[in-house]
Amino acid sequence: MEVLQLLISGMANGCVYGLVALGFVLIYKATEAVNFAQGDFMMLGAFVTLGFVNPEFMGIPFWLALPLVFLVMGTFGYLLDVIVLRAVFGQNQVAVIILTIALGFILRFVAGLIWGHEPLSLHSPLALGDLRMGELVLGMADVAIIITTFVLTLLLWQFFQRTKIGLAMQAASQNQMAAYYMGIPVKRVHGFVWALAGIVAAVAGILYASKGAIDPNAGFIGIKAFAAAVIGGFGSLPGALMGGLIVGIIEPFAARYLPPGYSQIAPYVLLIAVLLFRPHGLFAQVRVKKV
Amino acid sequence: MRIHFKTSYDHDIRLFQDGWQAFLYTALLALMVALPWLIDDFFLGEATNVLIWATCGLGLMLLTGQTGQASLGHSAFMALGCYSCVLLMEAGLPFILAFPLGGIITGIIGGLIAIPALKLHGVYLAIATLALAILTDDLIVMLEPWTGGVGGKFAPTITVFGIEVNRWSNPAAWYYMTLIVVLVVTLFYRNLLRAPMGRAFAAVRDSEISAQAMGVNIARTKTLAFGISAGITGLGGALMGLFAEVFNNETFTFIISIQLLMMIVVGGLGFIHGAFLGAIVIAFLPQFLSIVTDSMGSTVAIPGLETAVFGVIMILFILFEPMGLYGRWLKIRTFLELFPFARKDMFRRQKTYLKTERLR
Repeated sequence: MEVLQLLISGMANGCVYGLVALGFVLIYKATEAVNFAQGDFMMLGAFVTLGFVNPEFMGIPFWLALPLVFLVMGTFGYLLDVIVLRAVFGQNQVAVIILTIALGFILRFVAGLIWGHEPLSLHSPLALGDLRMGELVLGMADVAIIITTFVLTLLLWQFFQRTKIGLAMQAASQNQMAAYYMGIPVKRVHGFVWALAGIVAAVAGILYASKGAIDPNAGFIGIKAFAAAVIGGFGSLPGALMGGLIVGIIEPFAARYLPPGYSQIAPYVLLIAVLLFRPHGLFAQVRVKKV
Repeated sequence: MRIHFKTSYDHDIRLFQDGWQAFLYTALLALMVALPWLIDDFFLGEATNVLIWATCGLGLMLLTGQTGQASLGHSAFMALGCYSCVLLMEAGLPFILAFPLGGIITGIIGGLIAIPALKLHGVYLAIATLALAILTDDLIVMLEPWTGGVGGKFAPTITVFGIEVNRWSNPAAWYYMTLIVVLVVTLFYRNLLRAPMGRAFAAVRDSEISAQAMGVNIARTKTLAFGISAGITGLGGALMGLFAEVFNNETFTFIISIQLLMMIVVGGLGFIHGAFLGAIVIAFLPQFLSIVTDSMGSTVAIPGLETAVFGVIMILFILFEPMGLYGRWLKIRTFLELFPFARKDMFRRQKTYLKTERLR
């Protein structure tokens, strides 16, 4: 019973990691860039929701605020691409890495300025209480997180595999110039995927905030989400979710069964192990380049 | 504009291109030597700080600027250098032996870490090194018997040739010690670039495929670059820890390695000058900000302000001056030298398009 309990809570945590990882993978899959600020995007999404919903700020009903949040975060992602990232279009990945790390610093500062550094909790309808099944106690928030994440991952996966714009995104990332030749508006596709990543981050943020309090440093879970994305194989959407679940499940078990201190490093040890033995993740999508 | 009439191949790799350049650098050296008489103890401490950051920056510059491998984990090597140097000193070794040994140990471990990391490049390498930096933070806490854990360690007294080097009673000695380290590292760096090894580094950076075609052993080159870079950064880290006098796991968080990477980008990626210019920016930014916030009448420190301002500077540089401060200076110098024939597009980058290495 205890194992099952740990498993469920680990899965819920893992789903949040997986959603943030999904954001990384979306952007990586479509633009070949890595958004190191995705964790901070999530933090921003949570705070924007909090600003709309919480009574001390605007007090809009949750379900009414939801589309507004998606609109704000989507616009934010799109504008970010148009104003900042388009300037480094086609440059190597290191430029984008540094750019997004810097962006993360700024977002954290701005969020702290607006909403303060005290942890705040979101008035979310998902935080309903517990569901009891025999000895098993399930938080409603946990169940909601797990369901939402699986549905969202499935939708996005199918979106990439089946729709025209999803394929255009893949093409744009595989070879930018060839995509241009085929008539794909590569820059517009980039803007669209950044908007999408903003929305996914907002979903992750809302779910994260439903589980507990949120503060401007919450974006640091982005680092664990990174581990998740790499373990799953950067560039694979189901892989990101899998990686997130693995990291999420390992943590509570390491905390329970290993000496103290090891649970913090467990995800990173796993990450390094995966990088050593399967450098491109469990769902590898890379092969050695042939000339 | 000076014209170099080259009569031998050695002209291309001379340490100084001509007498004028040699004179300029000698003058700079003379100024640096005379600095303790020119400024007071506070600014001397700041100058020492700049030089320490520059040492760490040179280490990362060798890897990122010269070999083209981005690392977000150099704080790990700083910690390694610092702890190994201090542990050796506590074991009874004199500083003059413990310090270079600490660097060598860091270099060897860095090279060993590089062997698996070689399979990775670009984003994957950045993430693996980031994980390394985070792990180091936790490892320092877990290895408490050696490292002192969260409580930290106090730097032992440094004695070089019978002179006690103390930051407070003898700041000039600290400054000179750092200056000598920086000079040695810079000369080593410069000479490395002139040697076949440095050429191989640049070849790997510019195109791995063509480097391989020219007979460069990529695995060996990258391992060496990683090792040397880690070693230099370890020396810088040792200086930083000793200069701080008390250090623990918090002294070398992964934020430091991010700052280090940003520092060399602001200074100018791939230029020795860039490491120094970046170090000046990063060392004086906190002072500058506190002066500004004081003058605006705010007494409480605003959390995250420093990193946020640094982030803004960073973004502006990447968008408007990707070559960094030194690149800007090169443009100004070229404009002045060629006046009135300089043209705007002389430094323009070629358009590039990214391709993936994935299959799906």
